[in-house]
Amino acid sequence: MELFLSGKHHTIIVKIYGELDHHAAIGVRESVDRELGRTGARNVAFDLSKVTFMDSSGIGVIMGRYKITKALGGRVIVYGASGDVKRIIEMSGIDSIAVVADSEEAGMREVEANV
Amino acid sequence: MYKNSMKVEFPNNSDNERFARTVAAAFILELDPTIDQLSEVKTAVSEAVTNAIIHAYEQDEGIVTMEGNICGDVVEFTISDSGVGIPDISRAREPLFTGKPEKEERSGMGFTIMETFMDTLDVQSEVGKGTRIMMSKKLK
Repeated sequence: MELFLSGKHHTIIVKIYGELDHHAAIGVRESVDRELGRTGARNVAFDLSKVTFMDSSGIGVIMGRYKITKALGGRVIVYGASGDVKRIIEMSGIDSIAVVADSEEAGMREVEANV
Repeated sequence: MYKNSMKVEFPNNSDNERFARTVAAAFILELDPTIDQLSEVKTAVSEAVTNAIIHAYEQDEGIVTMEGNICGDVVEFTISDSGVGIPDISRAREPLFTGKPEKEERSGMGFTIMETFMDTLDVQSEVGKGTRIMMSKKLK
């Protein structure tokens, strides 16, 4: 997992590599929450383009970050998913609470348009 | 007709989620599945095993068992535990229901994904005795 702050949009970008299951989700949510507290960012963007496997645990991570960013007045952005990862995101209906986009730029445009 | 079977047992550590779905994927390779089928089976098995690891034994250690059977072009997996059991199976199978809403951040989508990605899904459970999830998929 690669995690960095994009100051321009008060956004933490979380690029996840490999598999996002329940085991990996524990580490992801701890790191992201620590970074949110440390940086004062209010948005979290998940880049899923390098995720090779994801089950419903990934949806749990997104839902959990939605609750936190909502309290901060921010949003969750999810982008870059393909194949079965994309299918699970679509099945979950997570687009009703998070910005689901094809690219980081498209996701950020939507966040800015709704500020 | 091609037939095969296997059985693995492992402790309820979360790092065994990957182990279990990798074994399941290797087991069905003989049937020459498509990439999509392979991914669907891995995801469904991962959901069932994760459920057992999170819910069955609460904070205790316990054993999760995965059995696989191939009969012709149909694969069947059974994931079982000897844990706390599910008090209300039909409620547990409802989309977005979760028994661990806070700490574990579960989405409540596990059974929905298993149902969608496999052809059949059967859940048997007895409180205090354990849970048994059976699912099958035709791979041709």
